[in-house]
Amino acid sequence: MAEFLSAFSWINIRFLLMGLWVTIEVAVVSVILSFIIGSLLGVIRYVKIPYLSRIVGFIIDVIRNLPLLLIIFFTYFALPKIGIHLGVMTSTIFALTIFESAMLAEVIRSGIVAVPKGQLEGALSNGLSFKQALWHIILPQAYKKMIPPIVSQFVSLIKDTSLATIIMLPEVTYRAQIIYAQEPNAIVAMFFALAVLYFALNYVISKIGRILDRRMAA
Amino acid sequence: MLSLFQTHAHDFLTGFGWTIASSVLALIGSLILGTVFALMEVVPNKAANIIGRIYIEVLRNIPLLVITMFFYVVIANVVKISGFAAGTLGLTLYTSAFIAETVRAGINAVPNGQLEGALSNGLSWWQGMRYVVLPQAFKLVIPPLGNQFINLIKNSSVLAFVAGMDLMYQANMISQETFDTFGPFIIVAIFYLILTMPMSYYMRYLENKLNKEG
Repeated sequence: MAEFLSAFSWINIRFLLMGLWVTIEVAVVSVILSFIIGSLLGVIRYVKIPYLSRIVGFIIDVIRNLPLLLIIFFTYFALPKIGIHLGVMTSTIFALTIFESAMLAEVIRSGIVAVPKGQLEGALSNGLSFKQALWHIILPQAYKKMIPPIVSQFVSLIKDTSLATIIMLPEVTYRAQIIYAQEPNAIVAMFFALAVLYFALNYVISKIGRILDRRMAA
Repeated sequence: MLSLFQTHAHDFLTGFGWTIASSVLALIGSLILGTVFALMEVVPNKAANIIGRIYIEVLRNIPLLVITMFFYVVIANVVKISGFAAGTLGLTLYTSAFIAETVRAGINAVPNGQLEGALSNGLSWWQGMRYVVLPQAFKLVIPPLGNQFINLIKNSSVLAFVAGMDLMYQANMISQETFDTFGPFIIVAIFYLILTMPMSYYMRYLENKLNKEG
């Protein structure tokens, strides 16, 4: 027990918390980028532009069906071969954004489909252009309904950030490994710390998501 | 790339086999565990409800990698288990939380009258669950369970972290051996897609069919 407690020195805790900050940073930047790209892709799939929508749909399916770890590997190790050199942080954000955009595109497309058809028809017959109808009428309603799936995507994004350990992104899991590599007695304590940190973070996010959802529904 | 595949066909196929083995074992394990914890959530017993809830919430909110590493670093120190076993155990526990959620949603979707009818016909709660509610619930959750299985196959790549012999591990090994950081990953990607793509299209088809019927 003394061993367990002694692992939680201020230095170690600060080291881990700095890693948690990297995790949050990477996840937030990735989720914002994926939300924008995913919305664009979702709309392209929804409006059925000849050829383009099908091609986009196929690419989304391919990315969704690949392991994220493979995409991270590929961004970090294979892209330099064709002259694209990204740092560790940028690689992670890039890989997470590609993967998550594909995931969110599906969420957003099904959110748009769930808005009753009459809304679009009504908007069009009131003289709005298709673009205006989409932007002012359809998307706002779709986004309101999409809060729960988007929040759960964000939670999985935070968990997925841990995979970037493989390219040595200094996030919280990687830092815990550094600590227990130096202090073998701290192994159990470090896993306990990781569990607590991730759980607390994700639990809070899920709670906020639920509150937001209730606010929006009211 | 073809020559790369030919020279390393054995490694790729071994990886493919271990990936399938790990996914299938973890699926079976997590289906059993997931159903047990889903039942714990709905059984009329406060203590069981709380234990079920805690299990699901904790495992759902912790990264798979952390759970897997826990088995590889901590448990493997106590009981001798291989990287493959550690990885598959981690995968099983992680997925079981999601399957428990799915199965519980299925149980809740079965109208209450079904269980009440079973009880008033003299069946015990367990019999009612076993013979009346669960068969209907599982029928409802086949598409989401299929999606969980696709996730499971993708997630099995985490075995690469624990020397689990799977596709991702082989790709990493081959790329270190041949200094080719492009080919091995593309080949492995194709292997993953062979497993996941048909299944994901089939699940979409099933979902559409169920939606039309409902």
